[in-house]
Order: sequence, then C-alpha cells, then structure tokens
Amino acid sequence: MAIEVAGLTKKFGSATAVDAVNFSIPGGSATALLGPNGAGKTTTLAMLLGLMTPTSGSIRVLGTDMLRHRYAVLQRMNYASPYIDLPQRLTVRENLTVYGRLYGVRQLARRIDRLAGELELGILIDRPYRELSAGQRTRVALAKALINEPELLLLDEPTASLDPDTGDRIRGWLEAYRARTGATLLLASHNMPEVERLCDRVLMMRAGRIVDDGTPGGLATRYGRRNLEEVFLDVARHV
Amino acid sequence: MASLNRIYAMLLRHIYLLRGSWPRILELAYWPIMQMILWGFITQFFTGHSEWVAQAAGLLLAAVLLWDVLFRAQLGVTLPFYEELYSRNLGHLFVSPLRPWELIVSLLGISTLRTLIGVVPAALLAIPLYHYSIFTMGLPLIVFFVQLLVTGWALGLMVSGLVLRFGLGAQSLAWVAIFALAPISGIYYPIDVLPGWLQPVALALPSAHVFEGMRAVLLGEGFHIGHFLAALALNALYLVLGAALFMRVFALARQRGLLLHSGE
Repeated sequence: MAIEVAGLTKKFGSATAVDAVNFSIPGGSATALLGPNGAGKTTTLAMLLGLMTPTSGSIRVLGTDMLRHRYAVLQRMNYASPYIDLPQRLTVRENLTVYGRLYGVRQLARRIDRLAGELELGILIDRPYRELSAGQRTRVALAKALINEPELLLLDEPTASLDPDTGDRIRGWLEAYRARTGATLLLASHNMPEVERLCDRVLMMRAGRIVDDGTPGGLATRYGRRNLEEVFLDVARHV
Repeated sequence: MASLNRIYAMLLRHIYLLRGSWPRILELAYWPIMQMILWGFITQFFTGHSEWVAQAAGLLLAAVLLWDVLFRAQLGVTLPFYEELYSRNLGHLFVSPLRPWELIVSLLGISTLRTLIGVVPAALLAIPLYHYSIFTMGLPLIVFFVQLLVTGWALGLMVSGLVLRFGLGAQSLAWVAIFALAPISGIYYPIDVLPGWLQPVALALPSAHVFEGMRAVLLGEGFHIGHFLAALALNALYLVLGAALFMRVFALARQRGLLLHSGE
C-alpha cells in the first residue's frame, strides 16, 4: 500500500476537522479526495505530508510510519498546492535548483532541463517566478513537485483558477508521468471532469468524514446520477 | 552529507536572492556606512572636548561598528526567515526532507554572510575617512565579532520563533527587540553609568560583556578574560534558548497547521 490511514483525527480546539478517517491507497493508483469546502481534504493531505500533526490516529506512507519517521520517506514524495508558493524573486531555474538540492536529486541540471522540456518551461526558465502568469506558475509548481520523480504525488486542486487549455495540459502531463513511472497519485479537487479523467477511485468527504468510496462511474451508478458532479452535489447537500 | 547538501541548498536560495538584487546588497552596506560616518564626526568632535574619548580615538567608532555586527547578525536571521513567510514558501520547504535544525543552521550561515557584507565596507571606509582601523585591535576583534554574531543569532531565532507563532503582524519585533537591548548593552558608555538596579540586568547580556571588553582593550587595559568567559557562557545559554524556542514553536506550528497558512 502507498498510504494506510487508520483512525486519523484532527481537532482544532472544539472543532473536529478530520474525524476518525480510515483508508488505504494501493501503489500505482490515482485517487481523489472529493468534498465541499471545509470537508477536511486539505487537512488530511497536510497530515499525510507531515505538515500537520494529527490529534490521533496512524499514517503509513510507502511503508513508513509518518508520525515517527517522516524524514525517511519525504524524499520519495512531493506536493503541489495553490495555497503555498515558491520564492518570488528567484528564477524558475534557481527555484528548481534549490528544491532539487533539498531532495538530493542527482544529475540535477539534466533533470531540470528534462522537466523544462516536458512542461514547456524552456523560455521561462531564467525568468523570475514573480513575473509569471497563474498558468505558468502552476507549471513551475508541478515541475517542483516532479523534481525528485516522486513515487507518491499529492496535489491540492492542481488546476484551480487555470484556463481550460492550461488545465488540460496539466492533466495530460500528470497522466503521462503516472504512465511512465507508475507513481501513486492522490489529489484533492473540486473539478469533477478532472477527477473522472485522472482518477480510478474517489473518496467522498463531508464534515471531516469519508462518507463514500468508489470508482467515479460506480458512484454515479450508486447515486442514480449521470456524472460525478451530480453525486458531489448530493453528498454536499446531504441528499 | 545529505544534511550539508540541504543546508547548502538553503544558503543558495538566499545567495540567489542577494545576487539577483544589487539594491539589496547596497542597502546591507548603506546603514553601517552612514552610522560610521556619523560617529566618525562625533568622535572627531569629542576627541578635542572629552578626556575620556581622547584616551582612545577609536572608542566610539569601534563601538558603532561592533554594534552593527550584533544588529546585522540579528536581522540576518530574521529577514531571510521573513522572506520564507512573505513568499508563502514554508509549506514547500517542510514537505521536503529539510529538517528544522537544518533551516536554523542555514539561517545562521546567511546571517554571517549578510553581516560581513554590511560591516566590512564600513570598517574599511573608516580607514581613509577617519584614519582609524578597527583591525588594529587584532585577535580580540575576532573574539568580539564572533560573540556579537552569536548574540544576534540567538535573538534572531527568538524573534523568528515568535513571528512564526504570531504571524507577520509581529514582524516589527526584528527592530524593536534589538533596540531594547541597546541602552543596557553599554555600547558607547561603561555599564557603571547605568543605575545600580539596572547593572545586573545589563551584565546578564553577552553584549554588555563584549563592549566592556572592547573598551578594556582600546584603553590599554588588555584582554579581559572575565568578560570573555561571561559572554561565552551567556551566548551558549541564549543560543540554546533561541534554538529551543524556535523548535518548540515549529512543533506548535505543525499542531496548528500554521506551516500551510503562513504568509502575508
């Protein structure tokens, strides 16, 4: 299993953000965490990454206990999110160099050149990050997330606020990366077509709990809906 | 080895930042130079009007240059840390294998670099402008420099920890905290000028021992081993306290999810 979570709970004072969540994600799969705002998706991802300590529960990532030995596994995973950013005044190449070194990437210059080619960053590579558009920044964030060729890639709303063309390209790159490396993908998203295209499994969250689990098509059938978006509305509105 | 590579990566991140902005480098050197010029003229005036200053013409100039070591060392830790908050970069840093202690070591390294960039030009300019070279102090100068650098690091780590805990609304602590120490550090006057009740407080600061030691050297009284050992012990204590506070707040930030939401 790439991820095994048991009884995962996060409380902020009297508020429970994540409530005794259990799930396992097999290696090589692509899974989406779906749910309305405040459902606990980002908090769950943050705990999986070691950015946040759980109130209780256990997390195993790539066979390692994340609560005790997270540094043993952080080198093998990576993360991208629109809620965090990269140093604004550094160029794209400088940012990727810093992160490549942090992850101990070998033959870093070659790796950066390859990513720049794959993600069409060639003409941006020596420009300061702050001068880039939202779509270009998302590509750079994805390059940073792929710099160490992670076995496990966690993405929080990877195409939020992007135009359809850029969003489609990002989804294409993610599909190609997964096909090439067999990496495990876990993403939180509000974009239902994106989830239907990228993921073979969906964990539906509401009020900190996993309320359903299935394939995108299976969930639509079970709820008697035409697509995942309608299922999402049912779950979000407690139908 | 892997740790060294990560520390180097973080140093590189701040070297890129400096390299990409000449105004930043100039600003680092600008304030110490202005301070030195100002105190150089004050020294010239007092040399003819004060018996005490006349004993050692470099007394005030050495004081202002060493004070800037402390000030720049503290800012050298806090401002690079603020850069991570301004750019909302902490989340990316701490999903990487970077350990908090490695971040601390890199901040101390960049602080040393920024301090040298800030203070060395002012010290060199004092030679042609006022015919005073702080370097004539010899070996004790290195001791004073290192001691004040460490005091600045300790204070910088404490301030960074507090800003991580309370957010960038508390960022002015970087300037407030250091100037709270200035009156009781005895930079320009001996500690015995202070009221009796304040002197023990002053002597609890490594900086007070360094400036007392500096005056002893400049007034020909030799290197004061007592002040040296007191500053050394106090620096060790405050550096451990500063690092412990930072690590404690970091653990608290992980509990509260602050690493994901840090920023302006």
